[in-house]
Amino acid sequence: MPTQAKYAAPDGLHTFPRLLMHHAAIRPDAPAMREKYLGIWQTWSWADVAERVRALACGLAALGFKRGDNLAIIGDNRPHLYMMMTAAQCLGGVPVPLYQDAVAAEMLFVLQDAGVRFVVVEDQEQVDKMLEVRDQVSTLEHIVYDDPRGMRHYNQPFLHDIHELMEMGRIHDRNHPDFLDAEIAQGHFDDTSVMLYTSGTTGKPKGVCQTHAAFIAAARGGIEVDRMSADGDILSYLPMAWVGDHLFSFAQAMVAGFTINCPESGDTVMTDLREIGPTYYFAPPRVFESLLTSVMIRMEDAGKLKQKMFHHFMAVAKRCGADILDKKPVSTVDRLQYALGNLLVYGPLRNVLGLSRVRVAYTAGAAIGPELFKFYRSIGINLKQFYGQTETCAYVCLQPDGAIKFDSVGQPAPGVEIKIADNGEVLVKGPMLLKEYYKRPDATAETINADGWFMTGDAGFLDEDGHLKIIDRAKDVGKLSSGAMFAPNYIENKLKFFQYVKEAVCFGANRDMVTAFINIDVGAVGNWAERRGIAYSGYTDLAGKAEVYELIKTCLEEVNATLASDTMMADSQVHRFLILHKELDPDDDELTRTRKVRRNFVSEKYKLLIDALYGGLSSQFIETEVKFEDGRRGKVSADLRIVDCKTFPIVRKAA
Amino acid sequence: MSKKIGDVILDLQNISLRFGGVKALTDISFDVREHEIRAIIGPNGAGKSSMLNVINGVYHPQEGKVFWRGSERKKMEPHMAAQQNIARTFQNIALFKGMSVLDNIMTGRITKMKSTFLEHALWFGRAKNEELEHRKKVEEVIDFLEIQHIRKTPVGRLPYGLQKRVELGRALAAEPSMLLLDEPMAGMNVEEKQDMCRFILDVNDQFGTTIVLIEHDMGVVMDISDRVVVLDYGKKIGDGVPDEVKNNEDVIKAYLGAGH
Repeated sequence: MPTQAKYAAPDGLHTFPRLLMHHAAIRPDAPAMREKYLGIWQTWSWADVAERVRALACGLAALGFKRGDNLAIIGDNRPHLYMMMTAAQCLGGVPVPLYQDAVAAEMLFVLQDAGVRFVVVEDQEQVDKMLEVRDQVSTLEHIVYDDPRGMRHYNQPFLHDIHELMEMGRIHDRNHPDFLDAEIAQGHFDDTSVMLYTSGTTGKPKGVCQTHAAFIAAARGGIEVDRMSADGDILSYLPMAWVGDHLFSFAQAMVAGFTINCPESGDTVMTDLREIGPTYYFAPPRVFESLLTSVMIRMEDAGKLKQKMFHHFMAVAKRCGADILDKKPVSTVDRLQYALGNLLVYGPLRNVLGLSRVRVAYTAGAAIGPELFKFYRSIGINLKQFYGQTETCAYVCLQPDGAIKFDSVGQPAPGVEIKIADNGEVLVKGPMLLKEYYKRPDATAETINADGWFMTGDAGFLDEDGHLKIIDRAKDVGKLSSGAMFAPNYIENKLKFFQYVKEAVCFGANRDMVTAFINIDVGAVGNWAERRGIAYSGYTDLAGKAEVYELIKTCLEEVNATLASDTMMADSQVHRFLILHKELDPDDDELTRTRKVRRNFVSEKYKLLIDALYGGLSSQFIETEVKFEDGRRGKVSADLRIVDCKTFPIVRKAA
Repeated sequence: MSKKIGDVILDLQNISLRFGGVKALTDISFDVREHEIRAIIGPNGAGKSSMLNVINGVYHPQEGKVFWRGSERKKMEPHMAAQQNIARTFQNIALFKGMSVLDNIMTGRITKMKSTFLEHALWFGRAKNEELEHRKKVEEVIDFLEIQHIRKTPVGRLPYGLQKRVELGRALAAEPSMLLLDEPMAGMNVEEKQDMCRFILDVNDQFGTTIVLIEHDMGVVMDISDRVVVLDYGKKIGDGVPDEVKNNEDVIKAYLGAGH
């Protein structure tokens, strides 16, 4: 068994239910959750939330939910679903959030693995999925739903409206007034507080059991670094099953007492973002990227004067914006220019992006392009990166204010120790480590070594200032046949920093050269094509255009030029590439639900194309099956061109 | 799913409509029952839209009687149809293009507003509370049709399929007991059609709204309607449940078989 941090808060607030009751007692009227309903933001105070959680917990108990039971939670970010998490924890149960966009068959494994007896879902869509797999999940007894819409004709006795559950709970609470308080008092900080399933880039998903102590420690550390307080707002819109959302929207909100805001629907996030103006914002790099892309596209349509002003002040921001944010010395002229720019461009821009009130914004999950990162920092948004895994509560490294290095993920967070193994793998120790993988002692033993270090599986190194730099997944780092290091992710990330490239997959392990698959970004390339009067009918057509190939080729050659001067990676220049005829899609198992490329699967599926890349062919016909959202299947086929790129002579730095 | 189809609420007897020498409708009789989905089909120029216009009082037939909930209807104007809780959508979208989705749907509430023009203009007295109440109703419609993300978008900027949905929204905002839909799915792609079908069925199922629709897509008509009436050259040539109509010789000759 791994050594767990023996962590107990001095004030006794070492489980989430206790934290909730604490906030309800000391700031009963402060807003805890908001949700936009029928076009108007509805607010629940901490006292309201505590009352509902109490009712929900008692309701679950009345249905027979017991200590140690797992409660599956499936849906978009909804206040009631967050409340359900705490309700389960009150009873010593474990919430298990699932990715809500997965199809029923994908959920089946987790439901079976976790032996789920109770499921709470958002709406009819998810109820239907549960009914579909109900026969195969022998343990499943009750399904609770939040949104009654469309549920009028469902009369199965095991289906419960969440409001009925609350009523049931209130009656139970009246009859047994001491029951819940006793249950909460029994809760221990070393109990599992949540089970988050890994996305399964490799093999079947594993349930990561995290304790109250671990998540509270991770939350406290982050709050300390960023000096967060109870008066903040966060927009909770990322999947509840993702560790980052659980840390930011659940654990940190519970510890610091700030307000979580649930958007109306996935389509309205941008509007809701502007309305709420969060003080604390998290988004994966692709969201920041698409925000910037949409700004740039709109700027291209703006009048000449506005364009001039925009570009002038963006140049100023590029020169000194990030330094001003970091409180470094900047000349008075630049300061004045920046102040004027702030008034005319950066301020309004931040407002349009909905980031006017942001005190700290985070990004993680994938590498962020230095240009993109600098852009946001230069217009005065304190964008930072962090590093962590599901197994470490998404909490290992944070970039401290004033000491941002664009290519590092920051320094070890409070309480975290980092060590680099001999093979370059990053090892981590701290209070936020997982308790175990659910029912998988073998996997637990594999991932935590005898000395209690968690093996992250990432290859990286610590620089002279103690900042951690991540190169790639340790297992993905291979060698070219020449013996030079080959880190596919490193090259792919460089490619993805171009707005035209949505996804890239590089090959080269044990080969004599590096080749790449490219997915173009339909929005950016489509706009580019429109401006040049290139007609196209859809992704496949656009991807096959000779002009688009030229465009992507210039991107690749730029990357090759930078790689040539990189001592470790100079041999990894991309020699040949093709643009895939379809977008890589989680529905076709090519990406994980968190949109990471499943490298092995892709190379198996498109073996034909890889052979063509290395076989020196100039084109290759391929037909691929695709799954549509409604489960139907179809085929896409295309004759793909394969193009050679210019490579550059290696620049060796003088030793 | 079991649906309760009620009594006849609209009974059209021997309707004939002429425009000068042109006979648009000749001696047509059919009825609509409460809570049903009633389709009117027929080739171009068969008189379908004229029929709809008779129902909501835009055209006045020279002959024939119209019974609405048991009592004979005298000459009637379209605004009276609105007051009788009959709402409609149009073949060519008739929305205010420059106004937002929200405002467009709000216009569907006008017949329900009691405060005066002056009170509205000054945001005074009853007007304020009333508007808040109506806004709530409109938001329910927006939620129902899943168009929250375009709430503030001017209608003219929306794709066709969404404009059609907004038009349905405006009709729904009037909380109609009968809804007349003139080719709700014309010009839509398959996905948009599927969505629209689902909304029509949901309206019928959840609010119990009686629906009379004109539609050319036979698949759609046969799938969602309870009864179908077939017109050809202003005459009724078939009437009954979808299966009956599908096998009716005259119908096959006049419509389904012809030209395809």
